[in-house]
Amino acid sequence: MQARTRNRVVFLILRRMRVPLLVLIAVYAISVLGLVLLPGIDAEGRPYRLDFFHAFYIVTYTITTIGYGELPYSFSVAQRLWMVFSIYLGVIGWVYALGALIALARDPAFRQVLVAGRFTAGVRRLREPFYIVCGYGDTGSLVVHDMDEHGLHAVVVDIDPDRISELTLEDLSIFVPGLCADAGQPDNLLAAGLKLPLCAGIVALTSNDAVNLKVAITAKMLNPGLRVICRADTHDTEVNMRSFGTDAVINPFDAFAKHLAMAVHSPDLYLLYSWLTQTPGQPLPLRYQPPRGTWLLCGYGRFGKAVQRHLNFEGVETVIIENEPEMTKAPKGTIHGRGTEAVTLREAHIDKAVGIVAGTDDDANNLSIIVTARSLNPNLFQVARQNARENDALFEAARLDLVMQRSRIISNRILSRISTPLLTQFLREARHQSNDWVSELVDRLWRLASNRTPDLWTVELTPDGAPAVHAALSGNREVRLGTLQNDARGREQRLNCLALLLKRGEELRLLPDDNLALAPGDRILMCGRPGVVNQMQWALVNASALCYLQTGEWRAEGTLWRWLTDR
Amino acid sequence: MNIEKVIFSFFIVLALTLNFGFFLGDIDNPAHHNVYELYAAIVVNLIATVLKFGERTQIGAVLLATSLVADLQLIAAALFWTIATQTTGGGLTPAMMAGIVALSGGALLANVISVVLLIVDIATLRR
Repeated sequence: MQARTRNRVVFLILRRMRVPLLVLIAVYAISVLGLVLLPGIDAEGRPYRLDFFHAFYIVTYTITTIGYGELPYSFSVAQRLWMVFSIYLGVIGWVYALGALIALARDPAFRQVLVAGRFTAGVRRLREPFYIVCGYGDTGSLVVHDMDEHGLHAVVVDIDPDRISELTLEDLSIFVPGLCADAGQPDNLLAAGLKLPLCAGIVALTSNDAVNLKVAITAKMLNPGLRVICRADTHDTEVNMRSFGTDAVINPFDAFAKHLAMAVHSPDLYLLYSWLTQTPGQPLPLRYQPPRGTWLLCGYGRFGKAVQRHLNFEGVETVIIENEPEMTKAPKGTIHGRGTEAVTLREAHIDKAVGIVAGTDDDANNLSIIVTARSLNPNLFQVARQNARENDALFEAARLDLVMQRSRIISNRILSRISTPLLTQFLREARHQSNDWVSELVDRLWRLASNRTPDLWTVELTPDGAPAVHAALSGNREVRLGTLQNDARGREQRLNCLALLLKRGEELRLLPDDNLALAPGDRILMCGRPGVVNQMQWALVNASALCYLQTGEWRAEGTLWRWLTDR
Repeated sequence: MNIEKVIFSFFIVLALTLNFGFFLGDIDNPAHHNVYELYAAIVVNLIATVLKFGERTQIGAVLLATSLVADLQLIAAALFWTIATQTTGGGLTPAMMAGIVALSGGALLANVISVVLLIVDIATLRR
């Protein structure tokens, strides 16, 4: 909601409180005045008048229906008559005023102002860098979940109230404020903390290209230093977004198809991608060998087209099966049919095919295609596209060779950009390496990781990131990369980790050698077993530990001990 | 003519005049200060305050503030009066009366500001 609207609602609420409050004031004023003016009789039969204080006291307890009785003496007839009148007047007045005030508190506009206020306060209370996630759909919720897993803070903006209430029910370890509002409105992004110094970036994942574009341009205009990651469904939008410096544009169909093509044609590279980008703690997918030959491709929508383009680019032959070949402008030789029937699949020569990709936008159809195809040719390599996350159990039960879940792939890509920016650069470099290089690296990672997702972390040789190493380097002492990878508890022992990439200035070194001499300001992408990052920390922050790793001796610490050992 | 404006101005001015009426007289002479007038001043001031709710202009905000000040002062005066007459038993002494009237004098000042702001608002509107 816009700030101006919010103000207007507050004023409207105040205005609507006027009449109930005026009614109450009038009721009290009339009742009190009447009680003061009417004559009473005291215990001895002398006339007396109530003073204002006592009149107010009696009216207060009487018209709120508490009723302590007649004070300080029994009332006269005139006073009782007046009390009857004021009780009816007062009770009606209170009922009306309370009803009006409660109706006001339940007013949707008013409640929305309250919720928006709570959201803004929640964002302002964040004490760590955070990302704004626009769009909490399948992909958005995965991204937020994974960020939570990595200990990263997020703020969610979505236009659908159901999704925001879903967010509040989610079991997240970190508080994630959610706002139900249009992300395309700059005011809402400002409320989400776009200009706060702790805001690290913004991720636009709504299903509307125009909104994503608006988010990207808003972020770049209002806070140029921000990392902006956007989803773009068409190439037009993609080009547009890149034109004003959006840091990363992800086309879900393209990214997904590229991923699938990679899975089919260079399985080791695919494994490297999935091992390094998947959620921590998951078992590693095993190595597999996709067969070479003709593939059947069911579905020729936006996804199917992208898959076919990428597969053909890799030199893989495809036969397309599409239900509506005219509408999707399928090429010649396309088999007409859904692919769920045996007839269509036989027509596509399934007996000669080596693999099948069930890539329609309907999960039930995809599963049906796979089951039918399997009965016709059990040796097929089966790949299915999973559209909705809630069908996880079904796809798991189908025991496919590969399941491609769009939101999962996109979210992994985004997360690697957010949590370890060096990883994106590493993977980009790895794509240009030979197959042997990749497969050797996969072997090494497999031995290293012992079947769990390896941890990834970045070592920065700065005064903050690695004070001991930085001090040694500044003092012109040489530190080699291998030194950091030994165990500070016994330096003969090597830590279970591997340096993937070293970035010095703009220069990138893939798999840097152990003997490489480090320089201040280097950034190193490390990968290793969970927990190794803590052991490596010794060498980075503790000068004595670093000295031990280099020389094998524990240097005495503190002036007194040094003086003692020097003697 | 806007009937809402008439009622609005009426209560603001009435709050000032009632307050002034109570304030008028020797400061420590109980005979010069009528309790009914104080009561009326409080009620009218409260009404004027509620009427100022939800004014969106800058002047509206200041008007509301002055009204709240006047309420506070007048209610303090009434409380003072109650405590003085109910707990001491000796009735109103000149010293107590002076205290009550002084409090209402403060409220009078706030009400004067309120009316001046009202006139300024109208004057700028005409131009």
